[in-house]
Amino acid sequence: MKFRRTTAAAAAVLALSATATACGGGGDDDKIKIGIKFDQPGLGLKTPDGKFTGFDVDVAKYVAKELGYDEKDIKFVQAPSAERENLISRGDVKFVAATYSINDDRKKKVSFAGPYFLAHQDLLVRKDDNSIKDAKDLNSKKLCSVTGSTSAQNVHDDFAPKADLQEFGGYSECLTGLENEAVDALTTDDSILAGYASQDEHKGKFKLTGLKLSDENYGIGIKKGDTELQGKINKALEKMVKDGSWDKAVKANFGPANYKYEPAPKITEKS
Amino acid sequence: MFDFLEGYDLLAAFWTTVQLALYSAIGSLIWGTILAAMRVSPVPVMRVFGTAYVNLMRNTPLTIVLLFTSLGLNQTLEVDLFGGESDAVNFQLAVLGLTAYTATFVCESLRAGINTVPVGQAEAARALGLSFTQVLFLVVLPQAFRAVIAPLANVLIALTKNTTVAAAISVAEAAALMKEMIEMESHAIFLVFAVFAFGFVALTLPTGLLLGWVAKRAAVKR
Repeated sequence: MKFRRTTAAAAAVLALSATATACGGGGDDDKIKIGIKFDQPGLGLKTPDGKFTGFDVDVAKYVAKELGYDEKDIKFVQAPSAERENLISRGDVKFVAATYSINDDRKKKVSFAGPYFLAHQDLLVRKDDNSIKDAKDLNSKKLCSVTGSTSAQNVHDDFAPKADLQEFGGYSECLTGLENEAVDALTTDDSILAGYASQDEHKGKFKLTGLKLSDENYGIGIKKGDTELQGKINKALEKMVKDGSWDKAVKANFGPANYKYEPAPKITEKS
Repeated sequence: MFDFLEGYDLLAAFWTTVQLALYSAIGSLIWGTILAAMRVSPVPVMRVFGTAYVNLMRNTPLTIVLLFTSLGLNQTLEVDLFGGESDAVNFQLAVLGLTAYTATFVCESLRAGINTVPVGQAEAARALGLSFTQVLFLVVLPQAFRAVIAPLANVLIALTKNTTVAAAISVAEAAALMKEMIEMESHAIFLVFAVFAFGFVALTLPTGLLLGWVAKRAAVKR
C-alpha cells in the first residue's frame, strides 16, 4: 500500500513538472530566443548581474532589431558547442550566434547566414616568449586546448602532430598552466583568445602570436532550408557593416588585447 | 549508419577507461582497507585522521579532486609522480585522484562489513592472545570482505563511470573521445551518445552480474 502511494505521488510530480515545462515553452511568440555562449569573454558572456556582453551578443541584438524585435523581447539561451545543432533543429531558438564556424558537416543539419566575422586559429603565449615563430615550432612545445575542440583536432592532424597537447575542460584551466609555465601556449580562435587576454585579471600577461593557422568563418546558424530568414539576416549583417555598428562592436569587445582583426567578411551563405 | 565511427579509435579510448578503472580499483582497495583499519583502530590519532580524511574527501566533488591533482600538484607544485610523457603523467595523476576519492567509499563499505562480524569473534580472538592487527586481518576482515562484495561492486561500477571525469585533465579516455566526436560529427550526435552509452553498459553490467554472483557464493551464512 505504502509503495503504491509513493508511485502515485511520483507520477503526480512527473505530470506536474511536465505541464510546468509545457507552460514555459509556449505562449511567447512576440519574444525571440537566440542561442549564444555564456562563458566566452569578448564574444558571449553572461555577467554575474545577469547581463550579456560580447561581440556575438552585439551582432545578435542588431540582427534581432532588424528582424523587428525590441531589445527587451530578446531571450538569450545558452548554446554550448555540442548543443548548437540540436537547439536549432528542435526550434528552441530562432538563430544561434555563438562562435559558430561554417563548415560542410554542420551544413548537413543546419543552414547558415553570414559569415559576420573571420577568425583564425592562433596561439596565446606569455608576453616575454618569442620562441614560436612558425607552426612547426610547436612540435617541441607544450600546448593546451579544450577537450574535443576543433582547434585541438587541427593541431593533432595538421600543424604539429608531435606537439605535447594537453586538453582541459575549459580555457581557464589552460590559462593557469600558461601562467605557471606548465604549458607554453594556448590554442583556439584568435577572437576567443583576445577575449581572454583582455579580461581584467589577465591584462598585460599574455599576447597573441598572429600565426593565422586556419580560417574560421563565423556564421549565424538557422533552421535548415529557411531561406527567408537567411536573406533577412544577411541583409541585417550587411547593414550592420555599412552603418559602422560592426566596427564599433569589434573595437569595444576586442580592443584591449591589441587584436588585429580582419575586415568584415563577404556574405557567402546565399541560396 | 555507423560510418561516423571511421577514423576514431574507439577501442583505445575504452581501453584507457578500463585501465583507469582497474588501477584505481586496486589502489582504492588497498588504501580503503588501510583507512578502514585506521577508523576501527584503538589509536585515537589514527581514528581522527581516518574520519577526517574520509569525510573531507568523499564530500569534495571528484572534478575538484582531479583538477587539484593536475593544476595543484602537477602544474603548480611540479609533482611528476612516476614521470614520463605528459600523457603518462596525466594518467597517473588521474589514478591518484580517483584512488584518493574512491578509497573513502571502499573504507565505509568495509566498516559496514566489520559491523556484521559478531563481537564475540573479536573477543574470542583477543582471549587467544592475538594482537589488534592479527584480530583484524586474520579474523574480522576476511569475514567482513565476504559480507560487502555486493556493495564493493557498486563502488567499482561508480568508479568505472567516474573515470569520465579524467577527461577534464587531459586523459584520452572514452568521455574525451565522445566530446571530440560530438564536436566533429555533430550530425550524428544521438548515435554518438548511444555508442558510448552502450560501451559503458558493456563495461559495468557484467561487473555487476559477476560480482553479484560471487557475493552470493561467498556470503557467510549467519
